[in-house]
Amino acid sequence: MSGFLLRRLAQSIVLLWIVSMIGFALLHLTPGGPLSQFTNTPGMTDEDLQRLTAQMGLDRPLPVQYLEWFGRLLTGDWGRSYRDDTPVLLVIGSRLGATLQLMVTATLIAVLVGGFIGVVGAVRRYSFFDQLVTVGAMIALSIPTFWFGLMVIYVFSVKLGWLPPGNISPVGNESLIVFLHHLIGPSMVLGLVTTAIWSRFMRSSMLDVINQDYVRTARAKGVSERIVLVRHVLRNALLPMITIAGLEVPTLLSGALVTETVFTWPGMGRLFLDSIGYRDYPVVMGLLTFTAILVIIGNLLADVLYVVADPRIRLQ
Amino acid sequence: MSAPGVNASGLATSGEGPLLQVRDLTVEFRGQTGRVAAVNGVSFDVRPGETLALVGESGSGKSVTSLAIMRLIGKAGGTRIGGQILLRRRNGATVDLLAASDPEIREIRGTEIAMVFQEPMTSLNPVHTIGAQVAEGIVFHRRISRRAALAEAVELLDLVGIPEPRRRIDSFPHQLSGGMRQRAMIAVALACKPGLLIADEPTTALDVTIQAQILELMQRLQRQTGMSIVFITHNLGVVAEVADRVLVMYAGRIVEQAPVVPLFGQPLMPYTQGLLRSVPRLDMAGGVHEELHAIPGNVPDPTAMPPGCAFHPRCAHFQPTVCDGAVPALEAADPDHSVRCARWREVSRRVPASQPVPA
Repeated sequence: MSGFLLRRLAQSIVLLWIVSMIGFALLHLTPGGPLSQFTNTPGMTDEDLQRLTAQMGLDRPLPVQYLEWFGRLLTGDWGRSYRDDTPVLLVIGSRLGATLQLMVTATLIAVLVGGFIGVVGAVRRYSFFDQLVTVGAMIALSIPTFWFGLMVIYVFSVKLGWLPPGNISPVGNESLIVFLHHLIGPSMVLGLVTTAIWSRFMRSSMLDVINQDYVRTARAKGVSERIVLVRHVLRNALLPMITIAGLEVPTLLSGALVTETVFTWPGMGRLFLDSIGYRDYPVVMGLLTFTAILVIIGNLLADVLYVVADPRIRLQ
Repeated sequence: MSAPGVNASGLATSGEGPLLQVRDLTVEFRGQTGRVAAVNGVSFDVRPGETLALVGESGSGKSVTSLAIMRLIGKAGGTRIGGQILLRRRNGATVDLLAASDPEIREIRGTEIAMVFQEPMTSLNPVHTIGAQVAEGIVFHRRISRRAALAEAVELLDLVGIPEPRRRIDSFPHQLSGGMRQRAMIAVALACKPGLLIADEPTTALDVTIQAQILELMQRLQRQTGMSIVFITHNLGVVAEVADRVLVMYAGRIVEQAPVVPLFGQPLMPYTQGLLRSVPRLDMAGGVHEELHAIPGNVPDPTAMPPGCAFHPRCAHFQPTVCDGAVPALEAADPDHSVRCARWREVSRRVPASQPVPA
């Protein structure tokens, strides 16, 4: 186990290095820069700008800048925001909670609702319900997140007035109920795609198992259909779902970007978009690295969980 | 003319009647081109304590018959099951398994009829321990604690000859060899002491030395428990070893039915004769290099059954109109030997009586 973890750690560092390099290159290829906003500021001369550029180290060759950034990252120094000089980790930390709340809620919806739909769809294959949710899943996967978000706000906030149109909670009223009330809309939107994906994979995973010989053995024992379905079919059908869950982390993170923007949710996704707008290189690179780490951790967790759940798999 | 067995369709109520009576069992699946009868009007009895072998090639309907007895054939997709399968229950009542309610079937499965499947590699659940899988039926049917059921599982594993049973109940299927897994499967089947064990080619997936061990095990268990066994196989060597009576199936129908000695000694149906001649024998290995006999042709396509006797396209004794007219009836050649062949009287006379006879 520890050998496995060490090897995965080494792989992860290589992966982070590649991801951050590509991110860095793309970020610096984007026109403009952190000082562009000052080009037309009265009283700001070209000399001033050049001096600032040199001060920030932005005049040096890109590879040098990158290596410097990566070297500092390895020592634990994530840099400081250009905007307010706050350490990047603190900036991310202040937004992490909101995004995680959204992701966890969306995942819960996906696992419970999507899982239920998938199980019933497989057990009652080709039934009206199955065909209905199959079409529903296709629609859900085809809807753009931003449009669905706007529709949820339009219907539930503007027309019906059931849900707040955005934000995490009004100033001065931060009770749990108010927070949960604000959470419904965005987690519904973020969870939609994941729910659809989960229901599809769950259904096909169940169908893979449902005709296995050992399910027939279980039926031949005369145990109840509920035991057959839960202990023998579902238990085995959940195994591949662990991997699917691990793979869902990037989907959720990119979904959060749009959802948070639509619902003015103060999470990492909105921070990312804002920081790109300001060309706040340290924060953007920090977020990129941080989300890459989240994805790696998600997949690592999935692998470890798989070992716990499937006695045939051993880590080496 | 009615087949023997069919006329004995009076419901057995008590005492020494048959344990299981299959009457005119028909299983039809819906194919792309219409209905296909995998089993067509099959009737037979299983007596208490006997071993009945169901013999036939792949596609003869023998496995479908066994699954129908367990009622493990889904009704989905237009599958139609007809006839009666009458089981004399422990409490003396006779129940038609095809008409029984789902709860009653669940009550019977495992406790009165149990089944051992062909593939020990895939018939055990990979994520549960052997002990849990053996104990599962016990816990469910007898409502005893898991701990007590696991203690019984240890005894069962010991009974089926698995070494170190106390340690093995915590093993997972992948940690056991094929032969050990089949022993575990037998332990699962025997967990609730069924009166009838259906074994669907239980030794086919195993290598020969292990096959012999499993056969011995089943015979020993039968002696100990007095259960009846329906043994499904295409291996006549196995039949000679274990069976009391033999039922030969071809294309969904019974074509010959007899106790094992007369069947091997005086087979009446040309198909049975062909099967027996295609068994390799040691006395053939002498000076003469006789080629091993093979029945020409293939099992007919169930969607395009030949008219009359389904075996006629492959039969050396084929005669037009006699054989491809009507489906021959199952006739009694002897009180306990029946055959489905229009020409069995002529055919049987020509067969040399030198077939292998089991000891």
